[in-house]
Amino acid sequence: MTLRAQPMLTGWGRLPAPGTEVIGEHLETITRGAVLSRGLGRSYGDSSLPAIASDRVAGTRLANRILAFNGETGVYRAEAGISLLDLNRVFMPQGWFTPVTPGTKFVTLGGMVASDVHGKNHHVAGCFGEHVRALRICLADNNIVECSAEQYPDLFYATIGGMGLLGHILEVEVAMHRISSPWIWQESERVPNIQEYLASLERGARAFPMTSGWIDCLNRGRSMGRGILFAGRWASKDEAPSEPPPEKKPLTFPFNLPNWALNNFTGQMFNRLVYYKHASKTAKGVIHPDGFFYPLDVILEWNRGYGTRGFTQYQCVLPRAAGPKAVLEFMDRLTKLGGASPLCVIKDCGPEGKGLLSFPLEGTSIAIDMAISPSIQRIVDSLNEFVIAAGGRIYLTKDRFTRADHFRAMEPRLDKFLAARAKWDPKRRLRSAQSVRILGDKE
Amino acid sequence: MKAVVLGGTTGIGRAIAQQLAERGDSVFLMGLDEADLARSAADLKARHPRQENVGFAVCDLEHPDGFALALDTADKTLSNFDSVVVTAAMFASQDALEADVELTRRLVTVNFANTVVFCEHVRKRLLSRGGGRLAVFSSVAGDRGRKPVAIYGSSKGGLAVYLEALDHRFNAAGLSVLCVKPGFVKTGMTAGLKPPPFAGEPAQVARDVIRAMDRKKALIYTPRMWALVMLVIRSLPRFVMRKINF
Ligand SMILES: Cc1cc2nc3c(=O)[nH]c(=O)nc-3n(C[C@H](O)[C@H](O)[C@H](O)COP(=O)(O)OP(=O)(O)OC[C@H]3O[C@@H](n4cnc5c(N)ncnc54)[C@H](O)[C@@H]3O)c2cc1C
Ligand SMILES: NC(=O)c1ccc[n+]([C@@H]2O[C@H](COP(=O)([O-])OP(=O)(O)OC[C@H]3O[C@@H](n4cnc5c(N)ncnc54)[C@H](OP(=O)(O)O)[C@@H]3O)[C@@H](O)[C@H]2O)c1
Repeated sequence: MTLRAQPMLTGWGRLPAPGTEVIGEHLETITRGAVLSRGLGRSYGDSSLPAIASDRVAGTRLANRILAFNGETGVYRAEAGISLLDLNRVFMPQGWFTPVTPGTKFVTLGGMVASDVHGKNHHVAGCFGEHVRALRICLADNNIVECSAEQYPDLFYATIGGMGLLGHILEVEVAMHRISSPWIWQESERVPNIQEYLASLERGARAFPMTSGWIDCLNRGRSMGRGILFAGRWASKDEAPSEPPPEKKPLTFPFNLPNWALNNFTGQMFNRLVYYKHASKTAKGVIHPDGFFYPLDVILEWNRGYGTRGFTQYQCVLPRAAGPKAVLEFMDRLTKLGGASPLCVIKDCGPEGKGLLSFPLEGTSIAIDMAISPSIQRIVDSLNEFVIAAGGRIYLTKDRFTRADHFRAMEPRLDKFLAARAKWDPKRRLRSAQSVRILGDKE
Repeated sequence: MKAVVLGGTTGIGRAIAQQLAERGDSVFLMGLDEADLARSAADLKARHPRQENVGFAVCDLEHPDGFALALDTADKTLSNFDSVVVTAAMFASQDALEADVELTRRLVTVNFANTVVFCEHVRKRLLSRGGGRLAVFSSVAGDRGRKPVAIYGSSKGGLAVYLEALDHRFNAAGLSVLCVKPGFVKTGMTAGLKPPPFAGEPAQVARDVIRAMDRKKALIYTPRMWALVMLVIRSLPRFVMRKINF
């Protein structure tokens, strides 16, 4: 009973790394001397994991206060550990919504800035960082600075999408969007193959502020990439039910599934949840915002569905210039490598943001969950080679396997980022398991 | 509710204050640090469109002479509060307490003696206006004399006996007293300890406490599973308790 195992931290993909986090309400206290901040650990790979067990990691999730809110402009300032769950619960009834939301509400404000997250509205709203007015940051030398587009812009833009490597984000000021109601008008369409899917995605993006969808890339041949496209906008006052959307109680995934159970848990879950419900070719109507934005949040800890071996997500963006042909070739390579799954989330992205390492660029983003297997490194390497040749890049917050040379090859902005880092943290005190792997930080 | 929350700037107390504010209840905060209280007050105000400026007062459980003044301010701001929640308390490991008698004195004074004094002030005020609600945090650590929480647990056990008696004595007069016994909750107080199974989150515990206050319950274990765990631990014979390190 007294046997003490080495404490472990994991990202959402559940591959563990030795380490512990210090949690507390006062970020200025807990980040002092810490080398990394960590929110709710929803990044899949090793972005939120310490490089070595003795590195101090500050867990921010208790720092969850809203410090100011202007009901006229929708601008708020809050501590970095507040969750999107909290922000939505507070601001939706007041007629405001986060300008950008990822596909889960179990993320922190700091995490959304550090990954410069994008959502279904990327083609109209850009990334989260676009809506950030100011940041209060604790630097590696424990000095605290306020930065914005005007004040220390290099620090500001290196922190947005900078995966926690420039400083600990203490407070964030954000401008929200007005919403006409807290309900969503959604139109969805079943699409027979990937060419049509890409065409529909483009049409959808012209008509709707929010689009996204998924395809089944296990099916080969002519119906390769049959899928469903979802497009939506906020429902108008007349369309929306008069009552607010009821708070749904999520279920908790009760235990780890055995490792052999499912090779693609998310895919199967999605198939159940969405595909079979979608009997007709098209459907439209008013739906609950959680069903639209956060379909996977109905089951807490669903990552246990992959068992103890863990999983990863491969997410890349291929530039518009490479055309639909590149997407098809990518899928083809994926299938040949054996990484295909019944769930690929495909979405088009608008122009690149100002965050120095921000992920999206104008083109098509593809995301696939993969269980960890002995061939995972080979699969990721091969996909990365394709992405480099096509002029695309990968999303760090999902990544666990990309090699340093591959990252450099796909990231022309890297030198600018490293210059900002050299200025604000010359000794590279702030680091993560990911920065050791990808940027060659000392272990 | 017009509620005073002593300890409302951190942990479970913060979550209770936030949830009360979000549903439109009036909240008054008490705690140790003025600047921190002001930040929390701003947070509560932002959480509901009709929330008015949230008042606060410094109140230190080590200084009972300040209790009346702090409660006066609360009464003035809320035009007579009807509910009081006390989450504030000290925690220290058994090792630290055994090594430092002065720390032990402070902890048992804050957690037991002065908390009782604070509750007595509150009781008198609430009874004078026909009753109200008082919710105070004891702990599962007070249910049984256990090695790793010998001193902290005894302070919480004493408090639980007081709260039970308060309920027996004044329930008929309209005072509903709730004794909260949390199991392990992931807050700053337990940071650094390894969470056991059934560890709770502050928001979840806060929901349980508010529901119990609404229903005028006298005792809750939260998360709920701990009622069962403690049932077992309370029934363990002494020779077992002497052996195990739990
Ligand atoms: C089901 C699911 C769906 C998702 N959908 C999307 C999506 O649609 N779009 C998208 O963009 N992303 C998506 N993500 C990824 C997720 O939004 C990001 O990984 C996000 O950063 C997670 O936030 P977190 O608070 O959990 O951060 P963590 O995972 O804890 O940390 C992520 C990174 O942020 C840094 N960080 C966190 N807090 C701070 C801080 N206070 N200061 C400095 N650095 C900090 C960490 O160091 C780390 O590098 C999804 C994830 C899941 C699990
Ligand atoms: N977390 C658990 O697992 C657990 C389990 C059982 C019982 N409990 C009980 O639940 C209650 C809430 O604890 P928590 O987990 O929310 O921890 P917490 O966040 O540390 O809350 C304790 C609060 O008490 C305050 N405090 C300490 N000394 C004080 C004093 N002399 N005067 C006034 N305030 C003082 C602290 O202020 P500072 O932060 O400024 O010091 C802090 O705000 C406590 O009574 C605790 O004993 C907790």
